[in-house]
Amino acid sequence: MLLNPKLGFTKMKNLILSLYRYDPEKDAKPYMADYKIPFNNDKGMMVIDAIRAAQEIDPTITFRRSCSQGVCGSDGVNMNGQNGLACISSVANYANSGRLEIRPLPGLPVIKDLIVDMKPFYEQYEKIKPFLDNNENIDTGHERYQSPEERQKLDGLYECVLCACCSTSCPSFWWNPEKFVGPAALLQAYRFIADTRDKQKIKRLKELNDAFSVYRCHGIMNCTSVCPKGLNPSKAINEIKKELRKIG
Amino acid sequence: MKIGKIELTQKDFDVLIIGGGGSGLRASLEISKTGLNVAVVSKVFPTRSHTVAAQGGITCAIASADPNDDWRWHMFDTIKGSDYIGDQNAIEYMCSEGPEAVFELEHLGLPFSRFENGRIYQRPFGGQSKEFGEGGQAARTCAAADRTGHALLHTLYQANLKEGTKFFNEWFAVDLVKDAKGNVNGVSCFDMETGEVSILKANAVVLATGGAGQVYEQNTTSLICTGDGLGMVSRSELPLQDMEMWQFHPTGLYGNGSLMTEGCRGEGGYLINSEGDRFMPNYAPKAKDLASRDVVSRCIVQEILAGRGCGDKKDHVLLKIDHLGADAIKQKLPEIREISMTFANVDPIKEPIPVVPTCHYMMGGIPTNVNGQVLKTDDLGKDIVVGGLYSIGEAANVSVHGANRLGGNSLLDLVVFGRAAGRHINESITKNEESILDRDSVENSVEILNRLLESKKGENVFDLRKKMQNVMQTYFGVYRNEKLMQEGINKLQEINRLSKDIHLRDKSNQFNSERVEILEFLNLLETANATAYSALERKESRGAHAREDFPNRDDNNWLCHSLYQKNGNKVSKRDVNLKPISVDAFKPKARVY
Repeated sequence: MLLNPKLGFTKMKNLILSLYRYDPEKDAKPYMADYKIPFNNDKGMMVIDAIRAAQEIDPTITFRRSCSQGVCGSDGVNMNGQNGLACISSVANYANSGRLEIRPLPGLPVIKDLIVDMKPFYEQYEKIKPFLDNNENIDTGHERYQSPEERQKLDGLYECVLCACCSTSCPSFWWNPEKFVGPAALLQAYRFIADTRDKQKIKRLKELNDAFSVYRCHGIMNCTSVCPKGLNPSKAINEIKKELRKIG
Repeated sequence: MKIGKIELTQKDFDVLIIGGGGSGLRASLEISKTGLNVAVVSKVFPTRSHTVAAQGGITCAIASADPNDDWRWHMFDTIKGSDYIGDQNAIEYMCSEGPEAVFELEHLGLPFSRFENGRIYQRPFGGQSKEFGEGGQAARTCAAADRTGHALLHTLYQANLKEGTKFFNEWFAVDLVKDAKGNVNGVSCFDMETGEVSILKANAVVLATGGAGQVYEQNTTSLICTGDGLGMVSRSELPLQDMEMWQFHPTGLYGNGSLMTEGCRGEGGYLINSEGDRFMPNYAPKAKDLASRDVVSRCIVQEILAGRGCGDKKDHVLLKIDHLGADAIKQKLPEIREISMTFANVDPIKEPIPVVPTCHYMMGGIPTNVNGQVLKTDDLGKDIVVGGLYSIGEAANVSVHGANRLGGNSLLDLVVFGRAAGRHINESITKNEESILDRDSVENSVEILNRLLESKKGENVFDLRKKMQNVMQTYFGVYRNEKLMQEGINKLQEINRLSKDIHLRDKSNQFNSERVEILEFLNLLETANATAYSALERKESRGAHAREDFPNRDDNNWLCHSLYQKNGNKVSKRDVNLKPISVDAFKPKARVY
């Protein structure tokens, strides 16, 4: 039952896990190193399990991890050229070639091995003021009302786990990480623009209304195709563009 | 300051919060508003904390699903759920303050699901009742689909950004630092990115370090749930309370351990055995699949032992929700469907989900009062407040969960007591108050770091960790007995001995993950020891602690907390609070669902 009939029953006995290695304290430049990992799909082996197995061989291997079930967003990496979360990516997906190359998320400075400097990413998140702005008529003895239809506008927006898979797959973010807000933070910008409880919609839009913040998005849609949570930042960006046209 | 091979820098704050999960962020938010100099130290970026994984919701009598709901009913359910060793004053505080704390979350922007009338959506959860158990099933768990923890944690992080809270993200706290009088006034920690070690000094230190589910092989918890605060407290010769009480969630995903929220059963799902029979009504005729978690977990184990387990190995049961319909599943349980499809290749819209009881929550922890102040006891058993030290959330034992936590009460615990500790600190800590670091205490607090740097050969952390997890799983699981536990303790002693020779192979400074793994393992081992000795000592069955050799509850001898002391592995008793603040005490009675 745990084997995916489409992927399982593979003959693969070992996975060759090729990891991007770089230790700033001793390496002049990064290199790829291969580790032979016994493949065991009885429990649905995930890429995180393979990396942890490699760590047991070489404890100097470094990556970020926490929940290991795709909700905390720690372990975004680039697997055979595609960004995703290591903990919800099945090793069986790579059974055909028996080889998996893992590199850090592209476009952010590498600190060590698979760990990138997330500061530029978080700075864009903070820039869009990701918090509800509404101090009107707060009654400590009651919640604010919101209809199910109004609430539904937040579905597909609030679930973001800030893994940075989308922004680091976006060429516009690679070229302008300081000026282009990037798909993840724009998704969150729209999450607050769309929230009927927020009172700063116009201010939020005005702060995005320049040549770079939103308009560096050229609709390439890498963000949407890689999002491990199945969200659609591209659609949210288009909604922001529509709203921006309304305010002129 | 240089100690051994380590160069220390010092930074001063009024308040330090160790841990950036739900309770830590709620406390920091409360304190940030007042102008005290507060910093949050977190070993992960805050939204990676384990609160993010909570699914079903936050239980609270906000009277949305039922306008007549009453926090006293919630209080009764919680006390009964705790099998009467939850402190009634703390439970009253949590249940009565709860609504305000939940409305605050909504005001901060938490995207709760909604009823047609615009109020917060509430779903039924296990152990919930109306009219003090007489009025049938209640629906009291406020939810944001099945991603309530994610929504809550992100909302609190966002609110802290708005208030300008100072964060030390990816900093690992090692040990407590005390002044000459024994009051806590700082922590030793290091910046994981650079490896630089600091003493962060403060007049109040709040341990909001979460649980320690990683002591068990099969658990629903994040890899970071390693009992760091418990290790720090235990090494400071302070006690840990009710550590034998571990919640095994009835529905961990078989083979992988991911949580399948109780909300699945709350929304109408139920458990079936290999014969396709719905078995819970045989055990709990009234509450059925929504009996308390300890009860349901034991029933599943009994079904498996009776040969009615599912699969080739007959070692799990099935959670059926397909009859709820595709729309309801997609709308109310989307994350469950995603996790089930990813890890078990089962689409719950079409077929039932394989599940098995899995370690989920630590009821025990660092004993505190309702202000979050950490307690120890004197020789006569009287409570004494430990100066400068607070604890909240899963790390703490205030105690609202007693011997078994009800679903949805952990998120409530986080925000109610995070807020309470914040308020108490705001009232009792003065800005820029001076205290003096004690040199011996500082030296002790970095001793382990020096020892690891000097290690040349020895034990491998990955092997020791696996051994410990295996011992806990085998000898301290759902059912326990003296012989089994004594054997487990012997094996743990061996692991303790080996851990003295643990070897750090990687001596690098920057993002040294082996160093973190070792420190986490040592904290887990403190937790495991506390659990083992407390479990052996409690000679009765109560809540999650089920003993085959003492199958009944023994209120004459054990209507009390257990207190574990690392020194000599001693376990003593501490009174349960049976005096609520404004209502009559709930007298212990037989616990049937």
